[in-house]
Formats: sequence, C-alpha cells, structure tokens
Amino acid sequence: MAEPIISVEHVSFAYEEDAPLAVSDVSLTVERGGFHAILGQNGSGKSTLAKLINGLYLPGKGRVTVCGLDTQEDKNTWEIRRRAGMVFQNPDNQLVTTVVREDVAFGLENIGVPTEEMPARIEKALADVGMLAFAERAPHTLSGGQKQRVAIAGVLAMQPEAIIFDESTAMLDPRGRTEVLEAVKRLNREQGITVLWITHFMEEAVACGRVHVMHDGRIVLSGTPREIFQDAEKLRPYRLDTPPMARLAQRLRAAGMPLREGILTVEEMAKEVERLCK
Amino acid sequence: MALSNITLGQYYPTDSAVHKMDPRVKILLLIALIVAIFLAQSLLAFLPVAAYLLLAIRLSRVPVRMMIKSLKPLRLIIILTFLLNVFFLQGETPLVDLGFAVIKKEALLTAVHYSLRLVLLVLGSSLLTLTTPPIALTDGLERLLSPLRVIRFPAHEMAMMMSIALRFIPTLLEEADKIMKAQTARGADFESGNLIARAKAMVPLLVPLFVSAFRRAGDLAMAMEARCYHGGEGRTRLRVLKCEKRDYIACAVTALLIAAVVLAGLL
Repeated sequence: MAEPIISVEHVSFAYEEDAPLAVSDVSLTVERGGFHAILGQNGSGKSTLAKLINGLYLPGKGRVTVCGLDTQEDKNTWEIRRRAGMVFQNPDNQLVTTVVREDVAFGLENIGVPTEEMPARIEKALADVGMLAFAERAPHTLSGGQKQRVAIAGVLAMQPEAIIFDESTAMLDPRGRTEVLEAVKRLNREQGITVLWITHFMEEAVACGRVHVMHDGRIVLSGTPREIFQDAEKLRPYRLDTPPMARLAQRLRAAGMPLREGILTVEEMAKEVERLCK
Repeated sequence: MALSNITLGQYYPTDSAVHKMDPRVKILLLIALIVAIFLAQSLLAFLPVAAYLLLAIRLSRVPVRMMIKSLKPLRLIIILTFLLNVFFLQGETPLVDLGFAVIKKEALLTAVHYSLRLVLLVLGSSLLTLTTPPIALTDGLERLLSPLRVIRFPAHEMAMMMSIALRFIPTLLEEADKIMKAQTARGADFESGNLIARAKAMVPLLVPLFVSAFRRAGDLAMAMEARCYHGGEGRTRLRVLKCEKRDYIACAVTALLIAAVVLAGLL
C-alpha cells in the first residue's frame, strides 16, 4: 500500500465523560491518492470520526495522524487542518464572506499566504471545480451544488493533501449531488487528492476505491465496493441497503437470468445485459 | 410580503473615482465633513459645504434622486426641527404674523440653519454608503480602528462579526420567508390585527429563526476552525487598501473646505 495520509489507530471518543462512545476502537488507513468512503446510518459515528481526523475533536483513546502529524499535539493543529481540509454538510453554513472569491481567500488569509500569491491560487481553485465564472457572485445567489463547489475551492486553494467530505451531498438535490461528486472524482483522479467521502448514500460509495461501513461507533465492514455490496444479507443488520443495481441483479438472477456477480452501477448492468443478449 | 427582496445597505455601483477611493479615506473625510458642517455658524459658511457635496455627488455619478431618497427616512425629523425652531425660538424682528404665532426673523434663520445642517449631514453620510460596498466599509473601519488594539479593542473581531452578519442577512431573510409561508399555510396570520396582535404573531416566527441561527453559528464556527481561522493574528489579506492620487486630492479639497468654512465664519 502507498504511503498513508490519514491513519486512525484504535481511536475511541465520547462527547462527555460518561456518555456512550460515539466512536469506539476504530482503525482506518487512507493511502495517498486513495478514495475511501465511510458509509453509515445517522448516529453511526461517521461524522464524529471525520472531525477527529482534522483535529476538531481529539481522541480520548488511540492516535490519529495526518501525514505523520499527531492531532493530539497543539503545534500540529493548523498544519493538519491545512493538509486535510474538510467540507461540511450544510452549504449555507460554511461560507464566511459575501463574495465567492473572498470566501476562497478566507483560508489563505488564515494561514498567512502572501497577498500577491492569492489571486492565482483562488483562480486555479475555482477553475478546478468549474466555478470561476461565479467568482464575483454573492453566495446566497448560488445553488446548493454550486455553494458546495465553492466550499471545495476554499479548501483546495490551501493546497491540501486530503479532503474529508462530511456528508457534503446530503442536503443537495440529485443534480447538485452529481455535480459535487463528479468534481471530487476529478480532483482525485487528476490531482491525486486523497478523498475520504462520508455518506449515507449507497450509490455514492459504489464509485469509491474502498468502503468502510460504520455502525454504533465501530467499523463493522471494510473492503472494495464489490466485496461489500455483493451480499445483501451482510448489510441488513446495519440497516443499509445494497445499491439499486445490485438488488436488481440479484432479483434477475433469482428469476433465472445468468448475470455475473458484482454488478453495482447502471453502466455495468447495461453492459452485462448487452452481453447476454448477444 | 417577499422578505428576500430587501437589498442590503444602499450601495449604488458605478465606476466613479469616488467609488474607487480608499474606504479608510472616505470614512475620515466624512468625519472631516461633519466637523466642517458643525463649524459652519452662518448660512454663508454652508455655501462651501454645499458646493463640496454637490461636487462629490457629481463625481460619484450617483443619481440625484437616490440622494433625495436617502433623505426620506429622516424627513420627519428635519421638518420637525424646522417647525419647532420657527415657532418656539425667541427673536427681535417680527417677520410674518400668522395670527396664532408671530414668526421672527432670527428664529427663521436658525430654523433654516439647523434643518440645513441635518440635510447636509444625511447627504454626506449617504454619499459614503452609496459609494462604498458594506464589506469595504467594514474593511476600512477595521484598518482605521486597528491601532486601538494596543488598548485591547477587538477591531478584527468586530469587523469579522460585521462581515459574517452581512453574509448571513440574506440567508436568514430567506429562511424567515420560508417559515412564514409554512406557518401561513397552517393558518397563521401575520397581516391583520393591531400592532400588538401582529407583534404577537411574530413570536412563532422568531423562535425557530433564532434556534436555526444558533445552529448555523455553531456550524460556521466549526467550518471556520477547520479552515484554520484563529483570530486576526498572522492573517494576511486578499484586499490591500492603498491610498492613491485621487485620495490625496480628495484630502486636499477637504482641507480647503474646512479652511473656507472657518474663513466664512470670520467674515
């Protein structure tokens, strides 16, 4: 495996001293350039895990490192947050200023990037998410998907190694969701940015390199999407469904159609049906 | 009532020299103008002030009707100032006898003086807000107040608060509109009844709005922290304010204005 960017070792965390553990004994490694998904129902602890990774919360037990920097050490905090940026759920509650380009500048201002360097970095970041044309707009005039892409640009301008998406598509309409996911996939593919994609949408996890299923604060399943989604029975106890195409394939197989195993997307299904028809 | 139609502030964009001026300079010049207006003790001394303002309005290319509109919210106070002074000030020389009161010449002069002073003050400050976007104003204020940091005045924090407020006003208005519609759909009545009834009807609107505002604040604080925000220290800026030739010229003209006003007082 390539060099780990994010490494979580036996981490436990509770919000208050006597409260039940929100995250309990979780271990996870994300390699450089990887695209991992954390899948889980509400309250499974996936959001808490995200906030543990960039030092917004500190683990009660265990160790979290980003690029070898321990989140427990104060002096690392800002470097960790720069290297592992985070995009949150609510598109309205993470933009700080009244103009898009100034919002992208916000992070740069915080980490003390010289003024002369800013315009180029802002323009590149906005272009990378396809929002350059909106640079002078006010955030409240943008759609949800556009706001999320601005938020991504804000993180991107800080030149991070990894970006953690904490249910960043949960509040978007289907179009906005595709828009954001496509932008993120492109960043991962073209710029090698490590992605940790936290979601409760099965379909989104299908496109990832590795999927970790969380339930009650623990990681209960880990593997490639194919390994995870093949067996609907395995997922049932965690109140998760297999993606629609996998379910359809299963029913078609049960009805006697000789489909191959491991079909997860519409494209794969189309190809397989085409193959069978020949 | 569409709440989202409310535009923030009264910025009127053109690309005039006045718009392009450094907001710090504009704020300081407004203070100088206010001083000049209060120094002007005679109607004659108002002449240079009025000329100065006319010139500035002309240069800013803000339409005159916008300037007149800016007087509207204060029209009652201006008229009241005038009337009170006209009728209640003592004087020597009777001018007109209206039957129920005699208007004295001195009273009339003072009344004109005071109301003119108000008009000029409002026009001056409106010119600032019409030609400067709120965010630039905030920026200028932060820079001007930053020397006060030595006495622990939170200049950066205040400016950050103001700009976050500016950012969230449209968002909260939208939300208020949504809540209002949701409650109207369930039979709430915001529009009829007397003032008290209407104020009472606002309570079920304000409670959810406040709750959501606090949640937003929590989210935003976390998002800001995640983007390495740690106060004003060590922060660089995207926008750097720079005084240019036009700013120096404006300062010189304003200095001339004050001189003219003082001179007019001596005549």
